[in-house]
Amino acid sequence: MFNYTIRRFVLSIPTLLFIALVIFLLLELAPGDPMGQMPLTIPDEVKQRMREALGLGEPWYTRFYLWLYQFFIVEPQYWIDGAFGTNFANDAQRIISFQSRSPVFDTIAERLPQTLWVVGMSYVVGVAIALPIGIISAYKQYSVFDQAGTFISMIGFSVPPFFSGVLVIVIFSVQLGWLPSIYDTTHEVVDWETFKFQLQQMIMPVMVLALQTTAQVSRYMRASMLDNLGQDYVRTARAKGLSESVVVMKHVLRNSMIPVITVIALGIPSIFGGAIITEQVFKVNGLGQLLIIALQGSDIPMVMTITFLLAVLIVFMNLIADILYGVLDPRIRYD
Amino acid sequence: MTDATLAKPTEKDEKARNQWWDVWDQFRSHKGAMAGLFFLILITAFCALGPLAWDVDPGKLDIRNKDVRPIYTAIWDVDAKVACARPMGTDHLGRDIMANIMQGGRISLAVGWTAMILAILIGTFVGVLAGYFRRLDWPLMRFTDLVLSLPLLPLLLVMMLLFRDPLRAAFGPENGIFLLIVIGIGITSWMQTARIVRGDVMALKEREFVLAARSIGTPPRRMITRHVIPNVLSPIMVSATLGLATAIITESALSFLGLGFPSDFPTWGKILFDSVDRMTAFPERVIWPGMAISLTVLAVNYIGDGLRDALDPRIRGM
Repeated sequence: MFNYTIRRFVLSIPTLLFIALVIFLLLELAPGDPMGQMPLTIPDEVKQRMREALGLGEPWYTRFYLWLYQFFIVEPQYWIDGAFGTNFANDAQRIISFQSRSPVFDTIAERLPQTLWVVGMSYVVGVAIALPIGIISAYKQYSVFDQAGTFISMIGFSVPPFFSGVLVIVIFSVQLGWLPSIYDTTHEVVDWETFKFQLQQMIMPVMVLALQTTAQVSRYMRASMLDNLGQDYVRTARAKGLSESVVVMKHVLRNSMIPVITVIALGIPSIFGGAIITEQVFKVNGLGQLLIIALQGSDIPMVMTITFLLAVLIVFMNLIADILYGVLDPRIRYD
Repeated sequence: MTDATLAKPTEKDEKARNQWWDVWDQFRSHKGAMAGLFFLILITAFCALGPLAWDVDPGKLDIRNKDVRPIYTAIWDVDAKVACARPMGTDHLGRDIMANIMQGGRISLAVGWTAMILAILIGTFVGVLAGYFRRLDWPLMRFTDLVLSLPLLPLLLVMMLLFRDPLRAAFGPENGIFLLIVIGIGITSWMQTARIVRGDVMALKEREFVLAARSIGTPPRRMITRHVIPNVLSPIMVSATLGLATAIITESALSFLGLGFPSDFPTWGKILFDSVDRMTAFPERVIWPGMAISLTVLAVNYIGDGLRDALDPRIRGM
């Protein structure tokens, strides 16, 4: 198992390098020029110097190497310096945003908490709703509850977040006036009143994102439970005289959770993608909104870094899912 | 002799029914799928044939009749500005919403179908090659895994932004964006199909009839077109329905993020995006296109569900 983990980990490095190259080359084709917004009165040679100051004068492979170096060596050094007060980085050049002229990672660190709060919360809520629905749906297959669960998850698959988000805003903010329609990220929780407000403004974005998760995870949970409920060991457990709750909640549930846990791990990157749209609907100034703004301003270092961070998340979660599968189910160990 | 007596009635049966009638019978017994099919045909007819009956130019500005509410508003609000000539109301520039929904639906559905067909073609091609030729299996599947680990939505957004202007210059504004969106969605959603098809082709290759066909000297090309593809048609059809649903949603999401069609070409996602700013006063303008997208995708998903049951020979005929 350890060998497998190491091998899998080493294999993910060329994958990440390839992905970085794809994203970099795609951005390299960008006709959008960061100097496009500059006044036309600036003489050409000054423009040329400004381009060089942005690091655009070098050939693409030099810049790609530089970006890799900054991403994997310089930025972690700054990170360690910030955490322990050391001085590894030695004022090396960081990845700088074209738009704000500040280090990309500082901006990302500012935006990350908002996204993590909304996305993380919605994932936890979504999974917490999905698991019981999946279990009951499978145990009472073809019951009214099962049919209702199927219908709700069908809706979760079909209604895109940009419509469900807008719809709940129309119903709960505009018509009923219960909840705020815009997520206020400057809001600080200090006492009971502010906590209540925080809860109110989080309900809608969290529920909209959670609907997607619930739809997917509850389907997997149901299918996995159904697979296991028909197995021989379940009959044996019942024949031994174990109570129904022990049979279902201990024997069947534990075995059914194995594939579901990997699905949960694999779903984490896609919910970050979904957050791009949800943040736009509720005007959360998180990572997704940062990406959209950077795209519109052709801020290449910012787009490159955020997209690559998402790719790292995908590759990392694939790795986790594969390893978890082996850890949880000894039959599927790869060595 | 027994063979001859037995063969007669079945032969007659066979003529009257081929396998697809069985599939259709099973499909018909799935209520959700039938409702979905009915709705899909209805909305397609509404968008495709509607403009023949509803002869209003979707882009025509009519400032005097701007902000007309839908006709049913008059039931609870007598003073509301309604007009019989504008059953779904008009937007802030006086454009007729019903005509816009029809025009937008044409584009949204066309993008959905074309992108889905493109994704299915690429996916089937890659899947059949990887499953049939062992030498190609490793490189093609590693490539599929690599594409699957790309963050697709951000990359799609980047592609929209980068290639919008060159393609618009080359093919005209509408065709350029249409090509870009269709190709963008197509090349980012073929991977699941490729994986499913590859698995099925590998299982199929071990079957006796493939061995028999090979032993009489069938070349690989004919083997694939005559024996392999017809037998993997059912998983392809099921993933085609899923592909249609995702393609419609992705196109609307791109338009919603402001990176899809330009504003004078309405699509459902674009109409939704344009109406969000005024949804406080005019919630119906958000709900019409949103309902159109959601119900179409729901219908397609139910059709996929029914197809999966109908194409599964273990369930069929039960």
